[in-house]
Amino acid sequence: MSLDLRYGEVEEQLRASVRALLADHCAPAAVLAGLERSGAPDPRLWRLLAADLGLSGLAVPESLGGAGAGACELAVVLEELGRAAAPVPFLGTAGLAVAALTTCAEVPEAAELLARIAGGAVVALAVPFSTAPGSGLTATVAATGNVLAGPVTSVADALGADVLLVPAATGLQSGLYAVDAAAAGVRRTAVVSLDQTRPLCDLTLSAVPARPLALGATAARAVEAALVTGAALLASEQLGTAQWCLDATVEHLRTRRQFGRVVGSYQAIKHRLADLWVELAQGRAVARYAAACAAANDPDAPVAAALAQAHCSPLAVRAAEECVQLHGGIGFTWEHPAHVHLKRARSAALALGGAGRHRARLAELVDLPPS
Amino acid sequence: MDDTVTDGEVRRRVEEFLAGRPVPAPGDEDGRLAFLRARFDAGLAWVHYPVGLGGLAGPRELQPRADALFAAAGAPDNTPRRIGIGLGMAAPTILRHGTPEQHERFLRPLWTGEQIWCQLFSEPGAGSDLAAVATRAVRDGDGWLVSGQKVWTSMAHRARWGILLARTDADVPKHRGMTYFVCDMHAPGVEVRPLRQLTGEAEFNEVFLTDVRLGDELRLGEVGQGWAVAQTTLMNERVAIGGGPVPREGGLVGLLARTWREHPELRTPALHDELLRLWVRAEAVRLTGVRLRQQLAAGEPGPEGSAVKLSFATLAQQLSSLEVELLGEAGLRHDSWEFSRPDVVDFTGRGATYRYLRARGNSIEGGTSEILRNIIAERVLGLPAEPRVDLDLAWKDLPR
Ligand SMILES: Cc1cc2nc3c(=O)[nH]c(=O)nc-3n(C[C@H](O)[C@H](O)[C@H](O)COP(=O)(O)OP(=O)(O)OC[C@H]3O[C@@H](n4cnc5c(N)ncnc54)[C@H](O)[C@@H]3O)c2cc1C
Repeated sequence: MSLDLRYGEVEEQLRASVRALLADHCAPAAVLAGLERSGAPDPRLWRLLAADLGLSGLAVPESLGGAGAGACELAVVLEELGRAAAPVPFLGTAGLAVAALTTCAEVPEAAELLARIAGGAVVALAVPFSTAPGSGLTATVAATGNVLAGPVTSVADALGADVLLVPAATGLQSGLYAVDAAAAGVRRTAVVSLDQTRPLCDLTLSAVPARPLALGATAARAVEAALVTGAALLASEQLGTAQWCLDATVEHLRTRRQFGRVVGSYQAIKHRLADLWVELAQGRAVARYAAACAAANDPDAPVAAALAQAHCSPLAVRAAEECVQLHGGIGFTWEHPAHVHLKRARSAALALGGAGRHRARLAELVDLPPS
Repeated sequence: MDDTVTDGEVRRRVEEFLAGRPVPAPGDEDGRLAFLRARFDAGLAWVHYPVGLGGLAGPRELQPRADALFAAAGAPDNTPRRIGIGLGMAAPTILRHGTPEQHERFLRPLWTGEQIWCQLFSEPGAGSDLAAVATRAVRDGDGWLVSGQKVWTSMAHRARWGILLARTDADVPKHRGMTYFVCDMHAPGVEVRPLRQLTGEAEFNEVFLTDVRLGDELRLGEVGQGWAVAQTTLMNERVAIGGGPVPREGGLVGLLARTWREHPELRTPALHDELLRLWVRAEAVRLTGVRLRQQLAAGEPGPEGSAVKLSFATLAQQLSSLEVELLGEAGLRHDSWEFSRPDVVDFTGRGATYRYLRARGNSIEGGTSEILRNIIAERVLGLPAEPRVDLDLAWKDLPR
């Protein structure tokens, strides 16, 4: 039987509660005001999502204090977070970190971290945000015993993190380690990021004590799980971005008049928006498929994730570019939220591999070799 | 046009000029201005302009030659990137529609860069539909009183003068009731407020005009002829944005090519194919520009110029987007979101992410790409226009 690509009732309820919370606490004006901050985003919104709605542990097993849900529910939350361009470390913590830790949940350290996430802790996987699934573990950090040293650049969701999951090389093999972000020897330097709602940082570790979570193939599997699940989930966030952009544009063009006519009445405009809607409907299908595969541990999950990225990355970029363009001058201003979505879409299209790498990955997975 | 003004003749004149006038030392502002004024008076500012107005009545294509000779001699230039609106839009409009007094008064300080110009056309309710401008100019003795709001006015914060489209008659259909003025940006009642752009900076502004008094000598063209005068500005704007002569791999394609050459580690076959597609497109657009300028050597830009600006905008967006894509991790990082009020509009400056963002404006400023497509379809191809209800009604009776 094929996987269900529709939204279930529970998911719709989840969506409604997230949307309501974001309407109250993450309206476009609040997001724009947040751009004036440097460093980590305001932690209050995260606390509301994580603690009040209990979403940080959405995919954490109930036995560890989580909700025991899966990728489909995470994906719905991410659609809403994308729609709002919400500056929260949800993808990194509830998506990537939980996926990595779940693969080694039998290790007490990992289980404890999952429980902390369910309690609202922020945990980030310390890899460059552009890292694609299938890149293997190429750690820039070295482990000597359980002490880590080395740099990691452009890490997402780490500025406000409590714990960092750091891939590190020990002699011949690699491992995945947990590091307290507040430990002496951890330096986080905020990066001026294209997407200010997901600010990156450069990380430097010097003689930092760490707790091993996994070694060798297990560690590689944990990181790969995080990247594949992350790519699958990011597609839903991108879908949310695209949806907001289409909605805002339609709304604007329904009322904006030029030449004595409503601009949305021009056929050239209508056709473009209709095409965008069609592409968005496809985006929803592939993003849902990726989430469903991840949730079901389906063998097609790697294909589904690559497919979702290859489709949804350019979709979000196109929707955001159209949004700016079809708003005219106002779309080019800082005051209008279109640019927040444009920057998020453009950055997300480079995150976790980008469409080009995912197409190349598909070529391997579905046996369409380049030559 | 004077066809004795040949390549050789321009070279001779530049050499003669340079022989008689030492190049001022860098940093010598007075010397720089004196040099530029003299260059204007020698007819070597824009050789296609009339004699006495900075030119030699020669072919437009020779100007880059003169510029190159001055540059090779280490001579100061008029910082063209600071004065793009003056050079590209105000000057041809003043030349075509201005009185001899206006030529005399405005063109030289415009060209030397002593006076910066801005374009007070767009309004909140009049963007694509520029003929809908609501800013009113009413007779006041021997002059005019102007009130209204302009928006997206690039460089208004630096401008001495603005080219202004205002409504002087609300009782006739909209295209017939406008008059074109030169607005004194230092006059009482002119208020310029920065408008921050998605790049973080504010090149453009809101300009509030409250009972601004302009003498009748600041009117450009006849009363009620503002739309026709504005056409000159718009046609020139569309070749000014992206229509200048560039060498192969000039501009954004050159920056992308450089990144490609310097970063073998970023290359993939798919990106390579995309790079070459865009390289081909860039050459096609460049050569189309060369050809168009040859056709236009004497005349004025027509609706065909819209294609230049349309292609430029699309290409700029594709090139800058590909560069960000190519950069991968580095494309996630930006240089600065500082809120500044720059002196220049720079499409090729700063980093790739800045250029990507700035290029989004290229298909909005100076006529949106949608409007340019309409112009090509209707005025070049002769396809019928969209049905319109606003052409024959008096402006005051238009539905809003
Ligand atoms: C960076 C920048 C600098 C600028 N500098 C200046 C300046 O110095 N001086 C100045 O006067 N103006 C300036 N402008 C303003 C610019 O000319 C206008 O923004 C532009 O003409 C569009 O007008 P608008 O913003 O009102 O958009 P609208 O006219 O409201 O258009 C909104 C969208 O609808 C589309 N649309 C409108 N009509 C049609 C139609 N009939 N068919 C199909 N699509 C249509 C447009 O293409 C656009 O995508 C600048 C703009 C930018 C972005």
